Amino acid sequence: MGKVLKPAVNIKGTKDGLLFLLDESRPFPAVLSELKYKLENASNLWDGPDTRVCIKLGNRQITRDEEKEMRELFSTHKNLIIHTIEADHGKPYLVDDQGIQLQAGTVRSGQVLEHRGDLLLLGDVNPGGTVRSTGSIFVLGALRGLAHAGGEGDDSAIIAASSLCPTQLRIANVVSRPPDEWETSETSGMNFAYLVNGQIAVDKMHHLSRIRPDIEWKDNRFKR
Amino acid sequence: MGEAIVVTSGKGGVGKSTTSANIGIALALTGKKVCLLDTDVGLRNLDVLMGLENRIIYDLVDVMEQNCQMNQALVKDKRCEALYLLPAAQTKDKSSINTKQIRWLIAELREQFDYVMIDCPAGIEMGFKNAVSGADRAIVVTTAESASIRDADRVIGLLEKEKVPQPKVVINRFKSQMAKDGGMMDVDEVVSVLAVDLLGVVPDHEDVIRSGHLGEPIVLHKKTPAAKAYKNIAQRIQGEAVPLLLGEKERGFFKRMKRWFGFA
Repeated sequence: MGKVLKPAVNIKGTKDGLLFLLDESRPFPAVLSELKYKLENASNLWDGPDTRVCIKLGNRQITRDEEKEMRELFSTHKNLIIHTIEADHGKPYLVDDQGIQLQAGTVRSGQVLEHRGDLLLLGDVNPGGTVRSTGSIFVLGALRGLAHAGGEGDDSAIIAASSLCPTQLRIANVVSRPPDEWETSETSGMNFAYLVNGQIAVDKMHHLSRIRPDIEWKDNRFKR
Repeated sequence: MGEAIVVTSGKGGVGKSTTSANIGIALALTGKKVCLLDTDVGLRNLDVLMGLENRIIYDLVDVMEQNCQMNQALVKDKRCEALYLLPAAQTKDKSSINTKQIRWLIAELREQFDYVMIDCPAGIEMGFKNAVSGADRAIVVTTAESASIRDADRVIGLLEKEKVPQPKVVINRFKSQMAKDGGMMDVDEVVSVLAVDLLGVVPDHEDVIRSGHLGEPIVLHKKTPAAKAYKNIAQRIQGEAVPLLLGEKERGFFKRMKRWFGFA
């Protein structure tokens, strides 16, 4: 690391404990590696009485996984107790990538609904409207506009809708314009779109458990 | 204290001005004091549809620039006592008015009138934003074609953003025969896509165009289904529940009548 660079991790002592200032302009893995370096070297510096640690992220938001990684670095020193993790504006966490988030309402022409993680939309997506998510998209309503699942490259994401008649579907980097026969042959029942061999395919909902066996529910009544 | 209702559509040529004029007159016919406000500066035509073009002395921009009193600019309708028109300027353009002025104007008009019908220009630019800014309610006019529905949907989204509560939709130029054979969306389809309340369906009829051409809005004279539809819309605006009238349903009714009498 060059001398000209501002350190990615600044440590300050306050009367309440230690303040870790993490540079927001550096990629987070780089910040973590510097943090690791600083915590591992000068290790005798860290050994002492229990100290409260306050971490300031600046303008950055981190995911739960990134937080976990950071906490692991601190866990090598038992006396450093993470008290708070703060960001300048609002919540330090990006919306959880785990679990599913609920949103209600109509996405109209010209509107864009962006989301991190899996999204359950209670309402319609009208032609000209866009829903974008890093995870899967489930629409309890009619999907008539554009849906883009796996926006950051997650090719296991799926798109499902009560009525799947989109103007365009995108999963990860694949774009698909629905062929005309979709609407006629498969309007009955619920359908979902998924990525297979670099192409988007549409299938009936009850085939999902076969296509994605990892998310199939298992009957475990008799296990106990 | 009256109510300001903006009539908008996004797309041009779907019948905003015709709808404003006819609903305005229908409201005036029920005894309410109504002002029609044309905000389409530079492309005014509400006055032409109303047949009041030759009576204009001052206009909207004159009122804004305080060249005249507001009451001097109001053109009284030649048929209805309780109906006035505040025409837009034809020689200026949309940049000659701003949101603050129009809000003030609408607030003033609301003091005097029971209903202020604001005729909005096509598009979603400054003219639209001005027209919408002072409104309490919105009517979105659309025809049952995809292009028009797309724009209406966009406009409803923008109205929600501008905090105009609960826009209602009027389906104009509806041809039930075409809807039946799939050349046009049917009413239920339109309502389910737009996901807003339906205010009325105006059947397509050449008399609507003819009467606009003559400057005698259809709701005044003709006993056509379109005139009936506008009157029903005016009643619904005043909170009455009026059953939906469709050309097709009416025919069904007559058919049933005939069956009762043993003709068919």
